Amino acid sequence: MRMQTRGIVVVCIILSFTAGLAVASFAGFREFLPGLLEGARVTVIITVLGCALAVVMAFIAALAKMYAPLPLRWLAVSYIEIFRGTSALVQLFWLFFVLPHFGITLDPLTVAVVALGLNVGAYGAEVVRGAVQAVPRGQWEATIALNMSRTEALKRVILPQAVVAMIPPWGNLFIELMKATALVSLITISDLAFKASQMNQTTYRTVEIFTIVLVFYLAIASVITVGMRALERAAARGLSRGRAH
Amino acid sequence: MFWDWEYTWEIVPVLAEASIITIEATVLGFILAAVVGLLLAILRMSPTRWIALPAAGFVEFIRSTPLLIQIFFIFFVLPEFGITLGALTAGILALGLHYGSYCSEVYRAGLENIPRGQWEASIALNLSPYHTFRDIIIPQAIPPVVPALGNYFVALFKETPLLSAIAVLELMQTAKILGSETFRYTEPITLVGLYFLVFSLVAAALVRRLEHWLKVRWR
Repeated sequence: MRMQTRGIVVVCIILSFTAGLAVASFAGFREFLPGLLEGARVTVIITVLGCALAVVMAFIAALAKMYAPLPLRWLAVSYIEIFRGTSALVQLFWLFFVLPHFGITLDPLTVAVVALGLNVGAYGAEVVRGAVQAVPRGQWEATIALNMSRTEALKRVILPQAVVAMIPPWGNLFIELMKATALVSLITISDLAFKASQMNQTTYRTVEIFTIVLVFYLAIASVITVGMRALERAAARGLSRGRAH
Repeated sequence: MFWDWEYTWEIVPVLAEASIITIEATVLGFILAAVVGLLLAILRMSPTRWIALPAAGFVEFIRSTPLLIQIFFIFFVLPEFGITLGALTAGILALGLHYGSYCSEVYRAGLENIPRGQWEASIALNLSPYHTFRDIIIPQAIPPVVPALGNYFVALFKETPLLSAIAVLELMQTAKILGSETFRYTEPITLVGLYFLVFSLVAAALVRRLEHWLKVRWR
């Protein structure tokens, strides 16, 4: 498994390198780079803020779904079902076009972060719930034996173990969110995808522009993959050290 | 006035008509995805590295770049190589390739779960690789992964609004046009949201029933 993923990473690097070379050999590719880099900056900002919001929402919704009193639990369930059941693009447009009719006008960047964060947060809530429920029953029984309150047990025993288990699925969700940021170009934010279609309309240098953009997205995804894998290793190391004592 | 019922009833038939395009894109896109996914999964299992690694690289590449950019790429870049596709065709092709690479991972899980003895038995019976796959491996590998494929079917359905970016007249694009004609976005976009919510909940329930049925049927 490890060997195979390493093989895939190597293939990806070779692919992006050859793609980069092919792009670099096109004349005039430098003129696109500054604009696209600026777009990439916006993409990265939305990705980071959106991921932060998604994690917060996922924990709140999952814990509310499992432990909150009934009305709050219904609220959490309907949040999860509504945001998992409709398209991210529809949510984005709804926040962008419909909210102003209710007197709430947010600037596009806020809409982007809120929509993507809420969307991925709903998927993340199920990841969090799965990880918490996968913690062995004995751990809960031990906290009862130690006379811990439920909050204390969650905070000090259950969640620290659950978090380790949920790192890999969160990596996937972060990449999903990063890819979904391309949608925000449709609500006038000048991210990577927006810059690309804008330049495409003015220069018609389609092949160069879209190839560079694909390589950019691939690079951001690789950074997330590598980062999450490092985090996974660090967390697992902490766990095994804890067990040895 | 937040909600205008008269306007709502006026736009429902228009949206219903547009939803046919959405369903068309979903069904055709998924058929393509199911076929492409199986091909990629089989290529990825090839003992020849020069077939297996590029297939794996292709899957990883598609999976880590946004669908919207892939749609743009197919719609705007292919014409430069002399292949001009209509917007709907380009969109279906992009959806099919994108979800095909997701489906290939699902198939791979199914294929890798086949006990080694099945492969050894087909070698012992002197079956060609084609017959091994067609008659022995695939019939056993697919049923257990049907629910996972079903989930991707729902996911693909929810991604079809992206086709509005290349002006396919599906639900989202129609809702946007209606909104820009009347400056009332509340009703069309909310209706589109409801449509997707209802269909995905129904589809998710169907997938769950299918999963249950397969469990009973294949145990």
